[in-house]
Amino acid sequence: MAAISLRSIAPAFDLPGTDGATHSLDGLASSKALVVVFTCNHCPYAKAWEDRILDIGRDYKERDVSVVAINSNNAVEYPEDSFDAMKERATAKNYPIPYLYDESQAVARAYGAERTPEVFLFDADRNLRYHGLVDDDQDDSKVKNQYLRDAIEAVLDGKDPAETQTAAVGCTIKWK
Amino acid sequence: MDLNDRNPALKIDFLWYPECPSHPQAREMLKGVLRELDVEAEITEHVVETQAEADALAFPGSPTIRIEGADIDSDGAGSRPALTCRTYRWKDGRFQPLPERSLLVSAFHKATEARV
Repeated sequence: MAAISLRSIAPAFDLPGTDGATHSLDGLASSKALVVVFTCNHCPYAKAWEDRILDIGRDYKERDVSVVAINSNNAVEYPEDSFDAMKERATAKNYPIPYLYDESQAVARAYGAERTPEVFLFDADRNLRYHGLVDDDQDDSKVKNQYLRDAIEAVLDGKDPAETQTAAVGCTIKWK
Repeated sequence: MDLNDRNPALKIDFLWYPECPSHPQAREMLKGVLRELDVEAEITEHVVETQAEADALAFPGSPTIRIEGADIDSDGAGSRPALTCRTYRWKDGRFQPLPERSLLVSAFHKATEARV
């Protein structure tokens, strides 16, 4: 399954969040950029990058960048990824971003997401401007390139990101 | 002490799941530690591709390394068998998809001490 191509319009979503609210693409329409991260609870790559994703959510909130995390994994086979477990994790980690449950997996399929974590960055018009990794190493002590942060800065400056595509590294999304 | 003294090659089982990208790095680390410690070892690779295989091998995730049958990380060894990447908790509290190198070295020392 191929991911949506650069400059594609963000596929719509309307999903329940761990905060008890429903979050949709339309509801986030006014922000200057939107980051959609497919992630989950159980995957060690998702865990390794989790704090960096949450930091990006905190750091860019005041600059009007929306960040949402979506878990599309099959929770029957991977109970750590159930909606209840997501709620526990979001509470324990004090998530500053919506953590959404894509139970039908339709949103992951619409984006062509394959890994956790896998990032899609959209500009103010919701055109895809960057897709792939958060940064270049799951071990945060070895990071050299902050792909997502650099791409957000470029988008906020009205420029093209230097890197527009990187190959996401992580667990595969667990399909039903 | 020479880790090879009076003993045959250590038996190592290296289990991995193809959809998890950590196994090349794990294999490289394993071979590097073997070279560093100058340990003779016989590595058997097990590619785990179905849940039935995961169940049969009690495979808690990829990569899993067993030395003389003992998992290098007893904390995660008993996790539910699953086709996924394995989480290792490092000494500094971080969660990572690879074992810490020092954990592997320590496991080799334990394995060789147990045979003396």
